[in-house]
Amino acid sequence: MAVTDVTERAVRRTTSPLDLLYRPEVRQVLFQVLLVVVLGALFWMIITNTMDNLRRQNIASGFGFWNTTAGFDISQTLIEYTNTSSYGRAFWVGFWNTVLVAAIGIVLATVVGFTMGVARLSRNWLIARLATVYIETIRNIPLLLQLFVWYFAVLKWLPPPRQSLELPGGAFLNLRGLYVPAPLPKPGFSAVLMAFAVGVIAAVAVAMWARRRQQLTGAQFPTALTALGLVVALPAATFTLAGAPLEFDYPQLRGFNFQGGIAIQPELIALVLGLVIYTGAFIAEIVRAGIQGVPKGQKEAALAIGLSPGQTLRLVVIPQAMRIIIPPLTSNYLNLTKNSSLAVAIAYPDLVSVFAGTVLNQTGQAVEVILITMLVYLGLSLVTSLFMNWFNARMALVER
Amino acid sequence: MQRDLAIDSSAHKLQPPAPPEPMRPPRSEIGLVGWLRHNLFSSWSNTLLTLVALYITWRLVDGVISWGIVNAVWSGDGGEACRVEGSGACWAFVKAKFGQFVYGRYPESERWRVDLVFVMALAGLVPLMVPRIPYKAWSAGYTFFIFPVIAFWLLVGGTPTAGAGLLDALGLALAVVGIACFALAGSTHTRVPPQTLRLAGGFCLAVAFPLVVRWLLSTSGLVVLPTVPTELWGGLLVTLVVASVGITGSFPVGIALALGRRSRMPFVRWASVAFIEFVRGVPLITVLFMASVMLPLFLPAGVTFDKLLRALFGVALFAGAYMAETIRGGLQAIPRGQFEAAEALGLSYAQRMGLIILPQALKLVIPGIVNSFVGLFKDTSLVLIIGLFDLLGIVQLNLTDAKWFANSTAITGYVFAGLVFWLFCFGMSRYSQMIERRLALGERR
Repeated sequence: MAVTDVTERAVRRTTSPLDLLYRPEVRQVLFQVLLVVVLGALFWMIITNTMDNLRRQNIASGFGFWNTTAGFDISQTLIEYTNTSSYGRAFWVGFWNTVLVAAIGIVLATVVGFTMGVARLSRNWLIARLATVYIETIRNIPLLLQLFVWYFAVLKWLPPPRQSLELPGGAFLNLRGLYVPAPLPKPGFSAVLMAFAVGVIAAVAVAMWARRRQQLTGAQFPTALTALGLVVALPAATFTLAGAPLEFDYPQLRGFNFQGGIAIQPELIALVLGLVIYTGAFIAEIVRAGIQGVPKGQKEAALAIGLSPGQTLRLVVIPQAMRIIIPPLTSNYLNLTKNSSLAVAIAYPDLVSVFAGTVLNQTGQAVEVILITMLVYLGLSLVTSLFMNWFNARMALVER
Repeated sequence: MQRDLAIDSSAHKLQPPAPPEPMRPPRSEIGLVGWLRHNLFSSWSNTLLTLVALYITWRLVDGVISWGIVNAVWSGDGGEACRVEGSGACWAFVKAKFGQFVYGRYPESERWRVDLVFVMALAGLVPLMVPRIPYKAWSAGYTFFIFPVIAFWLLVGGTPTAGAGLLDALGLALAVVGIACFALAGSTHTRVPPQTLRLAGGFCLAVAFPLVVRWLLSTSGLVVLPTVPTELWGGLLVTLVVASVGITGSFPVGIALALGRRSRMPFVRWASVAFIEFVRGVPLITVLFMASVMLPLFLPAGVTFDKLLRALFGVALFAGAYMAETIRGGLQAIPRGQFEAAEALGLSYAQRMGLIILPQALKLVIPGIVNSFVGLFKDTSLVLIIGLFDLLGIVQLNLTDAKWFANSTAITGYVFAGLVFWLFCFGMSRYSQMIERRLALGERR
């Protein structure tokens, strides 16, 4: 009782209005109220100013433009699009073009990055030096400059269509792009696809069974070979049995250009080359750090219990290195996706180029267009990082 | 036994036999041969790799030398010389356009101002960056306060106005007051404590300095520097301006956001998280588009911002969000005891952060900070997309010059720009490694 009295009196003595300011809780509340007021005022000012400016410049607002006819052509469309399609359709064309570049880029950059990262750690002195030179050169030069080099300097040196470079397999490379044969599936082809699906499912099932058996009995099963047989040999056999139901539409020179096949425009080639080589250098450094991050004792212990060098790498070193590698790898995949927006500089019709470029210029609705564009990238980033977080959680160290 | 003993007893009087000469390692294991065997030809697969790598190296070195030096065109005043079949790099193009690459369209008669700014920047940065030179506080004060003010008015210039304006008068008055304060602080006849006087004087001088410099270089007419609008700036000048303003701007923004994200106040935390995650989730191009297209809409009618300033604004905010995440990593690595000990000493929030936590946290993340700087330096090239002519932009612009039309000009221009970017970025990362080693000395036992 007496103790509380004393403290209460002490508190009462210090609570003059000015003293309140020195109490952390009061300060925190005041500070936050201030922040909210300032931010609110800023947003209110921005919104009223924008409305005012738009009204004065006679720019429409809202999303009515989404269904208006676009009236411009796009050089590469993965989905159906003509110049009578709507702006909304143009948005989706740009969106899928961005996704295409990002997907190709991520796969190839991973391959290049892992190769170069391992090469930098090679015991072969010359290989390690070459990889170092690649990494240190590429990482320190802006990506935009590299894209310009590929597009304006390297690809512009390619011969015109009549003197095309002939590549093996009926493909042609010239100033207008890369022309590859297009596969034309014939009626029986769906059986091959079905066989492939069955093979993949069976391979997964075998792998799960073999794993459980090994955990129970210790007996090993040649999983990799079986899986290879199921995934490759089964569809191949079906393919032969069905009488090879696949033909190719080969590109052919007619007049001044090639007809038929699939045409890959130089802008896409330059963009993919630039993104892959640039991001690959960063991934290489991550891979190197990851492998070096695995303690040497782990490798020595694995060899000591009699694992082969291949098994040591596959079962001991790589799983531990992956834990270090995955988080920064994710942010590099995101960087690649965001960097694909540099397409606008070499006129590849990606989201920024089509939507934040042409559509913005035609409609003048900067606020809506830029907001949508930013939201798309935010969404792509979110999806990628969610997936990679899930993957990371699976790979992470499970501790007691 | 007996014999053994006898031998033994006599042996200790004899000199012990000289130890046998250690056998030298086989010639194939040491020296150049051994090194080659171990590092390049240890197995047949390794040998194959070596041969492939040798071939690639030879092609690379041979290509670079014959293209860049032997077959290169070093002089000429047009594209003809570079159009010759089999000629390599067109260095004559770089030579002819060098002024543009460095200054953009900055008027030729005024370029000494840019040179002066470059020299002044070096004069600040070198004492700041070389560890052995003392008086770091003075060099920092010069580099981060005095130099930017002078550089701004030197680069922008201004037309003299008749009579002194209000700002000029204010600046001069404050300067006089500041000097007076310091004079009084030195004398013994005042009742005001000298610390207070020095503080007041310092504050007055700090405010007066930009105003006085503006008066001297721009409005007074004492030094006539014609205005150079930023549309004429270009080349390396713009690259360095955007990079240095972005770097110095992103640092305080990043610290504020990182502290905000770790704050105990929910609104502050949410606001910081929202800003950081939003900016990091979108490409720089969209931020620059926003700064160049949307910012004018956000401002009241009639208020306009310079295009370069808008780009600087966008770059600094963008880099700040990345910087915040780097610094947050450092803050998280500081043990809780440091926070608690600082609190137990009765330090205020600013003192705790400024004197205890941030110095340790920032030191931990130097590599990350420099990585952000390098990234920012490379990203400056993106301003060309919103119509500013940085180094890459001005190279790109000059490639369209019909007079210099030749196959090799494009690649030569890009190689030159790439070399400049590479030098800056590589230099920065090497410097950071040096600093990292220096700072780690205390922890190495």
